[in-house]
Amino acid sequence: MRPFDLTAPSTVEAALAEPGTFLAGGTTLVDLMKLNVLTPQHVLDINALPLRGIDTADGLRIGALERMSDIARHPGVYPVISEALLLSASQQLRNMASIGGNLLQRTRCGYFRDIAMPCNKREPGSGCSAISGANRMHAVLGTSDSCVATHASDVAVAFVALDAELRLVSAAGTRTARLADFYRLPGDTPEIENDLRPGELITEIVIPRLDWARRSTYVKVRDRQSYEFALCSAAVALDIQDSQVVDARVAVGGVGTKPWRLTEVEAALRGVPATQASFEAAASVAAEEAKPLSGNSFKVSLLKRTVVRALLEGSRR
Amino acid sequence: MDISLQINGHTEQLDVDAGVTLLDALRERLGITGPKKGCDRGQCGACTVHVEGRPVLSCLTLAATVRGPVTTVDGLSTGDGLHPVQQAFVDQDALQCGFCTSGQIMSAVAAIEQDVDDVREFMSGNICRCAAYPNIVAAVDQARRADASL
Repeated sequence: MRPFDLTAPSTVEAALAEPGTFLAGGTTLVDLMKLNVLTPQHVLDINALPLRGIDTADGLRIGALERMSDIARHPGVYPVISEALLLSASQQLRNMASIGGNLLQRTRCGYFRDIAMPCNKREPGSGCSAISGANRMHAVLGTSDSCVATHASDVAVAFVALDAELRLVSAAGTRTARLADFYRLPGDTPEIENDLRPGELITEIVIPRLDWARRSTYVKVRDRQSYEFALCSAAVALDIQDSQVVDARVAVGGVGTKPWRLTEVEAALRGVPATQASFEAAASVAAEEAKPLSGNSFKVSLLKRTVVRALLEGSRR
Repeated sequence: MDISLQINGHTEQLDVDAGVTLLDALRERLGITGPKKGCDRGQCGACTVHVEGRPVLSCLTLAATVRGPVTTVDGLSTGDGLHPVQQAFVDQDALQCGFCTSGQIMSAVAAIEQDVDDVREFMSGNICRCAAYPNIVAAVDQARRADASL
């Protein structure tokens, strides 16, 4: 790890006044600093900032420093959020990782994490090692010639399905961003992963009220039964009345360069019977834009099957 | 930088670089070698300690950011004997080489405190290279029964 300075501001104003890299749980930042993938000169420990609290009075508001484990066990949280959190990482990491940091976590692409290898995300212009390399875990949606790395967060998939918004603050003031739009596709600039502005801090995650999201679930398919990143995952919420789907939310993870909302699948679900046959018909359009790589063509069919399974499990809630 | 840590009931004053992890501060500076350095990348769980009563990975925790009390396996037992979870690991032969054991025990204590339904799922962040998992689960079950009978 390279030497750096560490300060611990106690107010948001003080944190915004100092240029530097924010440290919350440290599960991404400290890890990548040890690998010399990230080499900040000044780190601000923001854990003393008053960015806590889980409010379920109208929808859901989560302070950015709330830990994954505390959110997961909160009784007022929609099932899809709780399940996505509990299927993430390990209990030790969930005790450490903040929700704001979870949404900003960096990809687990092995080439990004290895400073000896070319990677456009880590070193723009150096090339993508994954496109012609080991890419079984990589994305099939939203990829470019520059980058095929997945976004690794599970709960971000649930949040995108539920139309989550971020509250952000900087020295220039506060703003709100829809999480689905906040994440960027890699395009020619995979080093820019989101619209976070220099010096800007996530203060809160806001989930609009959606009463029928009580019927929701998160399905995660992975190589190990536990403590592993997704090959494919699906977050679904279903509004079912008289055995008919009135409305649906569907997003997938482990297959996209960002959490991937499937609005075409949602549209195909509205008004159909809540049966496996109609779930399969709706999911058949899920992978139309998919571009498989040499090692992950299985993800095209896995994506559709994961969506069907999540819809079936969700419909039985 | 000058920091103050509360470790196993004692307050320790240290002068550390900002990049020193809690694990290195414990092992290299304070001689508290219960927490083990397995992967040093937050992947194996051998370094698990409790901060404010919650299991965390001391290899991904910067010492200078720790504010609450820290408990390591060395401080688990308050008397002369073993903590019930330590005794259960002995009774159930829940280890082979023992390198992961202190981390396993710290997670097992939390599993029992939280009364988790699925011990294997809860403890998946503690890797055992010797694959002593069946006996580890048996040890947690034994300690849980002992805990319930108290």
